[in-house]
Amino acid sequence: MSATDTATEVRELTYLGAVNEALHQIMAEDPDVFCAGEDVGANGGVFGSFGGLQKQYGEMRSVDTPISEQAIIGLGIGAAVAGLRPVVDLMFMDFIMVAMDQIANQAAKLKYMFGGKTSLPMTITTNAGAGLSAAAQHSQSLEAMLCHVPGLKVVMPSNAYDAKGLLVASIRDDNPVVYCKHKMLFGAKGPCPEDLYEIPLGVAKTVRPGSDVTMVTYGRMVGESTKAAERLAEEGIDCEVIDLRTLQPMDSEAVIASVKRTNHCVVVHEAVRFGGLGAEIAAQIQEEAFDYLDAPVGRVAAPFAPVPFAPSLEKTYVPGAKRIAEGVRAAVERLSTSA
Amino acid sequence: MELTNDVLKDLHRRMMRIRLFEEAAGRLFENSEMPGFIHLYVGEEAVAAGVCAALRPDDQVGSTHRGHGHLVAKGGDFKKMMAELMGKATGYCNGKGGSMHICDLELNMLGANGIVGAGAPIAVGAAFANKYRGNDTVAIVFFGDGATNIGAFHEAANMAAALKLPAVFVCENNEYGEYTPRSKTMAIDDVVDRAAGYGMPGVMVDGMDAVAVYEAATQAVARARAGHGPSFIEAKTYRYYNHHGVQIMGFKYRTDEEVDMWKARDCIDNIEARMEAGGVMTRAELDAVRDEIQAQVDEAVKFGQDSPYPEVDALLDDVYTVGAAQ
Repeated sequence: MSATDTATEVRELTYLGAVNEALHQIMAEDPDVFCAGEDVGANGGVFGSFGGLQKQYGEMRSVDTPISEQAIIGLGIGAAVAGLRPVVDLMFMDFIMVAMDQIANQAAKLKYMFGGKTSLPMTITTNAGAGLSAAAQHSQSLEAMLCHVPGLKVVMPSNAYDAKGLLVASIRDDNPVVYCKHKMLFGAKGPCPEDLYEIPLGVAKTVRPGSDVTMVTYGRMVGESTKAAERLAEEGIDCEVIDLRTLQPMDSEAVIASVKRTNHCVVVHEAVRFGGLGAEIAAQIQEEAFDYLDAPVGRVAAPFAPVPFAPSLEKTYVPGAKRIAEGVRAAVERLSTSA
Repeated sequence: MELTNDVLKDLHRRMMRIRLFEEAAGRLFENSEMPGFIHLYVGEEAVAAGVCAALRPDDQVGSTHRGHGHLVAKGGDFKKMMAELMGKATGYCNGKGGSMHICDLELNMLGANGIVGAGAPIAVGAAFANKYRGNDTVAIVFFGDGATNIGAFHEAANMAAALKLPAVFVCENNEYGEYTPRSKTMAIDDVVDRAAGYGMPGVMVDGMDAVAVYEAATQAVARARAGHGPSFIEAKTYRYYNHHGVQIMGFKYRTDEEVDMWKARDCIDNIEARMEAGGVMTRAELDAVRDEIQAQVDEAVKFGQDSPYPEVDALLDDVYTVGAAQ
């Protein structure tokens, strides 16, 4: 593909390296940006996202906090109201549940409740997803809960390039943004320019153009969906893969426009199926493009169960290219049976 | 620290402003002119007045669901407050917040808060910003006795101490968490005992005595300003009206004798007696202050009543900040 051809001239970075570079560069640019969280300072974060920041910027800008998720988010809120631009970290996405009052009742609503008298330029970084046998409390994909709360923005990058550009945009945004990395993508290398750049929030990206079916996905499932699309291409099914990149606000226009061309849609996410974003996307499509659909909108997602520990079970739980391809075939077969 | 006549006059005026505002708000609420919930500060005025008199304008105040008194003491505008409590477009929050979210960020009053204990982590964040900027601004955290039983409070107090932030934790111990007596919800007699667990100095004061509160706050604020970290003040005080409204719930959770005992120690009666005895102000002068403030309150009530409700097209305004970064 042309994107990867031109990328040979561009330096490659890992997904995590891109995150780290974004933090270094934006902290150099903006003295109001600081990072805080558990093991964020001296140790650079348990996964290395914050590596080197304390050495470069000192303890006030790279802060080790107690294991106090509510106070970590509150630290961000209070500092943001006072005019700083905090990046506060919750080590695992599961831990948002510990801090949900501060996230959903405070950060998300302050601006509205105060009649617009403040803005809240804070970013909450966290690490989502299964794949490390980390079991049910360190592996969840809880983005749908966050997307349900007016006032929050939610970002989930799928590759190094987006990881950097979306983090820069998240930090520069004047709203509370939850920036969710996927743990299984940390080491994934991809082209990533050295300069400080921004990818606007709320803009999806078509990572693979196609004409037969639209696959709407994000995060780790972008790679799996693309793999599935390549297999399906050999079978003569031409898939368009859309990476949402930002989940709230969602680029519904891009999804609807694509579905109007392909007349089929399958939503793919790692979060559990019931009440997941797939339900919202399917509803929007039937509201906006019902007459264009040749088949019901399909969903490929995790089953309605906690994330299991045993590697054999976890592998079955998380959707992969094979299961995604099956889901797409089912949607397309519906076309052939109804036609 | 010198307790000048000006300080006494200031404390008296702040308390009287809170009292008359709250009495008027209570009447309007009982008269169904205020929607929603209302948590009145009447009885506890010495705490907000004593603390806020010890502050500079740039010092921040984190508040609670019982937050009107904090905003008045910080210099809040009666008209914008009354209009907000009535849900009017001219209110502090354009009618979007009401009693439990009333704020004035220009006065560095960071907002009342509908979630018990939740104001503490936010105020600690403001304290962090002060230290980050290297200024000597201090953040005050008001909270009730009940809030010290909630996790967010504990996390915030510990974090403020661990990071040595310029914060002052002010416990308004009114002896009830909603309608349940404090003795049933904690196994200690004095909330201030908890300060030691955070590694903070703690002091207990008579929360019906604005001078005592002012003196304790002055010391704690000076300590925070000098970079020595947070302190804890427990002010023993009392809520004359119910947790919510004036007498709306009708629960018999305390005796009339108990209420009367506290009212006999009323913070405003207390300071007025002291001022008269000390020749600071005459009875006639004190009454003139009261009349002046009452006229302002009446004007604010009329302003609120005459103000329009928000236009329905404001419904979706301010969910997000739109546009480029500042």
